[in-house]
Amino acid sequence: MKPRISIRKLLLIALAIGFAVIWQVQQRIDQDRARLHQEQDELLLRSGKLLKMASLEYAPLMADLYWTRVVQYYGDKRAHNDPNFELLWPLLDITTTLDPQLLVAYRFGSTFLSERPIVGAGRPDLGVELVQRGIQANPEYWRFYEDLGFIYYVHMKDYAKASAAFLEGSKNPQAYDWMKVLAARVAEKGESRETSTFLWSELYRSTKDPAIKQNALTHLQLLRTEADCEQLDVLAAEYEKRTGKRPGTVRELINAGLLAGAPVDPVGTVYVFGKDGKAGINPASPLLEQKNRYGKPF
Amino acid sequence: MSRAGVVALNTFREAVRDRVLYSLVFFALLMMAAAILVGQISIGIEDLVIVSLGLSAISVIGLLIAIFIGVGLVYKEMDKRTLYALLAKPVRRWEFLLGKFGGLVLTLAVNTAAMAAGLFLILLYVKHSLERTDIAVLIAIYFILLKLALIVALAMLFSCFTTPLLSILFTAGLYIAGLFIQEMRNFHSKTPNPVLEGLLRGLSYLLPNFQNFDVMASATHGRTIPASLILENSIYTAVYCAIVLLTAAAVFSRRNLK
Amino acid sequence: MSAPAIDTENLTKDYPTGFLETKKKRSLEGLTMQVETGEVFGFLGPNGAGKSTTIKLLVGLIFPTAGTARILGRSINDIEMHRDIGYLPEQPYFYDYLTAAELLDYFARFHDLTAADRRERVARMLKKVGLDTAGKIQLRKYSKGMMQRVGLAQAILHDPQVVILDEPMSGLDPIGRREVRDIILELKSEGRTVMFSTHILSDAEMLCDRVGVIVGGKLRGVGAPSEIVELKAHGMEILFEYAGNNANASALLAKAAKAGNRYRLQVGESELYNVLEQLRAAEAKILSVTQLKQTLEEYFMNLVDADRAQAAAIEVRGK
Repeated sequence: MKPRISIRKLLLIALAIGFAVIWQVQQRIDQDRARLHQEQDELLLRSGKLLKMASLEYAPLMADLYWTRVVQYYGDKRAHNDPNFELLWPLLDITTTLDPQLLVAYRFGSTFLSERPIVGAGRPDLGVELVQRGIQANPEYWRFYEDLGFIYYVHMKDYAKASAAFLEGSKNPQAYDWMKVLAARVAEKGESRETSTFLWSELYRSTKDPAIKQNALTHLQLLRTEADCEQLDVLAAEYEKRTGKRPGTVRELINAGLLAGAPVDPVGTVYVFGKDGKAGINPASPLLEQKNRYGKPF
Repeated sequence: MSRAGVVALNTFREAVRDRVLYSLVFFALLMMAAAILVGQISIGIEDLVIVSLGLSAISVIGLLIAIFIGVGLVYKEMDKRTLYALLAKPVRRWEFLLGKFGGLVLTLAVNTAAMAAGLFLILLYVKHSLERTDIAVLIAIYFILLKLALIVALAMLFSCFTTPLLSILFTAGLYIAGLFIQEMRNFHSKTPNPVLEGLLRGLSYLLPNFQNFDVMASATHGRTIPASLILENSIYTAVYCAIVLLTAAAVFSRRNLK
Repeated sequence: MSAPAIDTENLTKDYPTGFLETKKKRSLEGLTMQVETGEVFGFLGPNGAGKSTTIKLLVGLIFPTAGTARILGRSINDIEMHRDIGYLPEQPYFYDYLTAAELLDYFARFHDLTAADRRERVARMLKKVGLDTAGKIQLRKYSKGMMQRVGLAQAILHDPQVVILDEPMSGLDPIGRREVRDIILELKSEGRTVMFSTHILSDAEMLCDRVGVIVGGKLRGVGAPSEIVELKAHGMEILFEYAGNNANASALLAKAAKAGNRYRLQVGESELYNVLEQLRAAEAKILSVTQLKQTLEEYFMNLVDADRAQAAAIEVRGK
């Protein structure tokens, strides 16, 4: 029989070769499975009530499992730029039926059901339905009114309903004062950049969920670019008054002494002027792609 | 017949006498109940439900057998000392291990084949005819068998040096970890941490990837599963099992029996 | 002289002990011993002396910390050598879901025998160990004694040159033990080598050509059974009957152990005839005169005590 050393060496060599082969084969498997991927969506049992019954006393655990599925589902879709979110609502429906107190599920749903594809499902009506369900199950959580108003304001442009939601939420003694202020402002002015910025900032601050946070941040960045471009347009008009023509690049503005330094967008890329003479996001900036995805309004 | 083959057949005989095959009765009952009730639960997708229920049942039953019998494959022989007389025979320790592995995989293959037959019978009953696209179900079952072989190998490895309880935990742990390989690859921490991400990436290739075998969705919809995937999964399983079995042989070869 | 059937050289085995298995316990030390071809060799020692350890080392169940061993001239690492040895484990246990016939057939398959050959041997072995009627019963229903017999059967099924038995008599009633003894003698008459371990001296005395005595992991002596124990004989014992009350005799009687009219008197060898003369004069009825041998237990205990004393002395010196 071979002495001890030989077996160990044999094992190490075999292990090294083996895992090298595994690595190669695995990559091929991944490719083949990616092709299958498009058809992998399935949710057979759509009845939240049936699932809840079947879960016995483990409903909250099942809710957690489904919640992980929601996050995975959304992450996967975004990673592949897949605009098909048709399972998002059923998954959220089941999750919140299994555990009506899983607050993050409602907030997630209100955001991503409402956002238009490819960021979300493009169904603000379902978002509303989900949040209203959340309110029913958790009447003391005033933030749901904020979310409700949010959807009406941002996605459905129904300022009356938005204002009503903010007002209703402000009645909760734990609500922040700005709810009342917001109700009044929206009723009076409708959409405004100030309001939008505020709402997104508030959402960003108040949530821990990374996807919601990232989404809010992008909105804030896009709002910022809007504001910046408006300012640049004002400067451009001034430039035109002085020189008689629109500026072609921001450099010209700097040279004319209208700008102190290069104006950059929130991710650090310089703004540019379009052929129409209007300021815009630099094509090299990742924010331009985001802007096209999110559309207006922000 | 080879010595490993002798051990394998005896392991199969043990499983049969251990009434492992009674699980088939349970499966049959479950499938029949499903066939009868499926019409009430979901109209229009009866075959979908039957296939996914059937595949899930085959998988779960197979997993239970693979883990619970797998963790005792070597441990039981050492604990009860049935191994003592055997090792005094002209049979090498690795031949013994290979035989135990082969015997349990054979048991699982027989069990799975029987359940597959049952599933197709019920499917025939519900659909009234089988189509060529139903071959995806057969492939899905084959993949389940591959998965089970890998589980047996892992369970047996642990069986060589630790108690059944710990073996069960480790094996189940590896199985669950193996279902989240994609998440390991997609992991992005809040602050970019290339070391952690690289580590997780490496781990995602080292750990047994049980997601590879999941084609339930394709099977339920009768979609084609590429032949290349069948080959790749077979190779993956064969190589990974070889790695695990080699490790088990190395561990067990110099083990002093009490 | 031909090579020994079993040959060990400095065979040593340490076991890890202690909480984290960092300490070592030496259960066998420097065993150098030969078992000659064709002899019946008894391996004697108290429990925990290292008998089973030695046997397990020979058979490949455990691996030596140091030293080597050969059986039939081949290293114990040579798996093919196992074709020529048979092994009966201590307190054997076999697959309880098999019948005796199935178990023997299973083991036989590792020996390259034809199916017909296997069938014939299995039947013959079952008969030999007295299990021919129980051959089709599952082993889970077997008593300890029956299991021991199955163990013996599987050890000799393939006509091995060397048979190693670990406590073959344990768990057997006197009839069973007699049968095992007969089988061992039969093996010897076939020219095979038999080595067995036991702590029962009378078995060793009756069967063995030579014995090796092991105590505390060390080999203490090897030789014919009578040699080992005779060296330790110390005196004679006289068994006699006496109903009278001779004054001369009463001195003797006082030293004797009494049971009714029977007395046992131990005397040194030198005084034997003197005492016998006294008893004859007193008209006692002499029943028997036997040599007092130190029992194996006493012999072992002396060795163990000597070991302990030595260990204590080392400790004291060390302090």
